[in-house]
Amino acid sequence: MEIPRHWRLKKQRYALVGEVCPHCEKKIFPPRDICPNCGNEARDLFAFSGKGEVYSYTTIYEAPSGYDSTTPYTVALVKLDEGPIVTAQLTDQGEQPTEIGMPVEMVTRKMRDDGDERGMIVYGYKFRPVLKN
Amino acid sequence: MEDVMITGVGQTPVAEHWDIGLRDLAFAAIQDAIHDAGGIKPQAIYIGNMLAPNLSNQAHLGALFADFSGLTGIEAVTVEAADASGGAALRQGYLAVKSGLVQTALVLGVEKMTDKIGSSVQAALATTGDADYEAVQGVTPTVQAAMTMQRYIHEHDMPIDGFAGFALTAHKNGTGNPDAMYRSGLQLEAYSSAEKTSDPMNIYDVAPRADGAAALILTRSDLLPSNPHEMQVRIAGSSSAVDTLALHDRKDLLYFEAVQLAAGKAMKQEGVLLEDIDLFEYHDSFSIYAALALESVGFAIRGKGWKLAAEGEISIDGRIPCATMGGLKARGFPGGATGVYQAVEAVIQLRGNAGVNQVKDASCALLLSMGGPGSTGVCHILRTRRV
Repeated sequence: MEIPRHWRLKKQRYALVGEVCPHCEKKIFPPRDICPNCGNEARDLFAFSGKGEVYSYTTIYEAPSGYDSTTPYTVALVKLDEGPIVTAQLTDQGEQPTEIGMPVEMVTRKMRDDGDERGMIVYGYKFRPVLKN
Repeated sequence: MEDVMITGVGQTPVAEHWDIGLRDLAFAAIQDAIHDAGGIKPQAIYIGNMLAPNLSNQAHLGALFADFSGLTGIEAVTVEAADASGGAALRQGYLAVKSGLVQTALVLGVEKMTDKIGSSVQAALATTGDADYEAVQGVTPTVQAAMTMQRYIHEHDMPIDGFAGFALTAHKNGTGNPDAMYRSGLQLEAYSSAEKTSDPMNIYDVAPRADGAAALILTRSDLLPSNPHEMQVRIAGSSSAVDTLALHDRKDLLYFEAVQLAAGKAMKQEGVLLEDIDLFEYHDSFSIYAALALESVGFAIRGKGWKLAAEGEISIDGRIPCATMGGLKARGFPGGATGVYQAVEAVIQLRGNAGVNQVKDASCALLLSMGGPGSTGVCHILRTRRV
C-alpha cells in the first residue's frame, strides 16, 4: 500500500480542498494548477462546501481488489454547487433509490482496505443524500 | 514523400488462450505477418500493449518479443495508451516509415488478459483511469461507461433496448470471422432479457476481454517486395489526440472531442470526406462508446448514434458498415492489441478477402482506436492501391 501517496492527498480526501483561479474565478476540483477554463496558472486554495447533486451514477458488482468487501456499491458523478464534477461513491442511502438530480452532501468514510488486519485503511470523501431537518 | 503501405498482416484468434503465453501469442502474429508480406524483415518493432507489466508481471516487451522471434539487433519498444495502445503503436510505425528513418516496421498488438481473473483484473483495468480521483473510489472502465450511458439515456429520448443494434450487428458479423471469439450470433430476445452488469448496461453492452495478438508489416511504396497481394493497402491518414484523463473533468460528457479531432485530422490529410468512407471500425468496448463515436466523427447527429444501429445502417450492406469482422463485442476485446486487429481486418476488407463479411467495393476504411472514455483517440485511414 502506498502510504505517502494517500497522505499527500489528505486535504482533498478529507476536506475537498481544490483551487480557485485568480484570473477567471473558476472553481477547480481536483486541483490541477492550470485553470481548465482560461489556461492561466491557478494555485489559490479553495475549500468546497461539499454540497451538490447527482449528475450520473451506476452500481458496480464486479469490483477491483480492495473494494470487494463493500460490493455492490454505487458510484456517481456529483456536480458540486460551485461547478466542478467529482467522482465519488454514494453512501448512507438506506432504501432510497439513486436518481439524477438528487441532492447530496460530502461525508468522510472508509474507502478501501488491504484485506489485511495490519494493512492501511484509506479514508476519503463519499456523498450521501442531504439529510432533511 | 513515399506512401506507407501495409503489406503484411497476421493475427491469432481472440480467445481465452490458457495454453498460450504472452511471447508465443506475439510470435504467432509476427510470423504470420512476415509470411504474408512475402518474408520481408522489419528493422523496428512498435508494440501496442496495455497491461503486461501488471497482468503478466512482464515489462520490456520489445526485447522479449524481438529476442523470441529471432530478431535481436533491431529496434523494439512498447507504446502505451490504454485500450488505444494498438492504434498508438500503428501511428508510431507510420511516423517511423514515413520519415524515411525506418524502411520496414512491424507493428504488433498483444494482450494477455486471462492469466489473472476477477478483482485483480478489474484493479489492473482501473489503472487506465485517474488513480487519485477515480480508481480510489472503486471506479473501473465499466463504471465510467455505465455512468456515460446513464447520462446519455437521461438526456436523449430513446426506447428501452435502444442500444441493442450495436451488439446484434457485431455478433452477426462475428459469425463470418473465423478468428472471432463469438461466432454464434445474438437474438434481440437474448439482449432484452440479459442480466444487468452495471445499470443501465447489460452483459451485451460490454465487450468480452480476452487474449490475442495481431501484427502488421509497414513499408514504403518504393520498397515493396515482389508481393503476392495484387491489391495493396496504404495509410492515407493518421492522427491522434487526447482529452482529459478523468471523465469528471470533461466539458461535455457526451462528446468525444479527442475522437473528433483525430478523425478530422486523419481525414484532412488527403481530403477524405465522410461519404468516401466505406467502413468504420470503431472502438465498441461498450455500446455507448460506439454510439458516441458515430456522433463524434459525424456519421450521426448528437443523440442519434444509437439510431444508425437500430435501423441497420451500420450493417455490412448499410450506409456505413461498422465492426465488420465482429468488432470488440464479438471478435473479442484484447485490450491494447485491439487497434492492430482493426487494421488487420480493414486490410482483409480492402483486399476483398472478407468472405461473407465483405463490404462491397470497399476502398477506404476509417479506424478508431480509443483509450478510456475517449481520453485518447487514434484514427487511421486505409485506402487501396492496385500494383
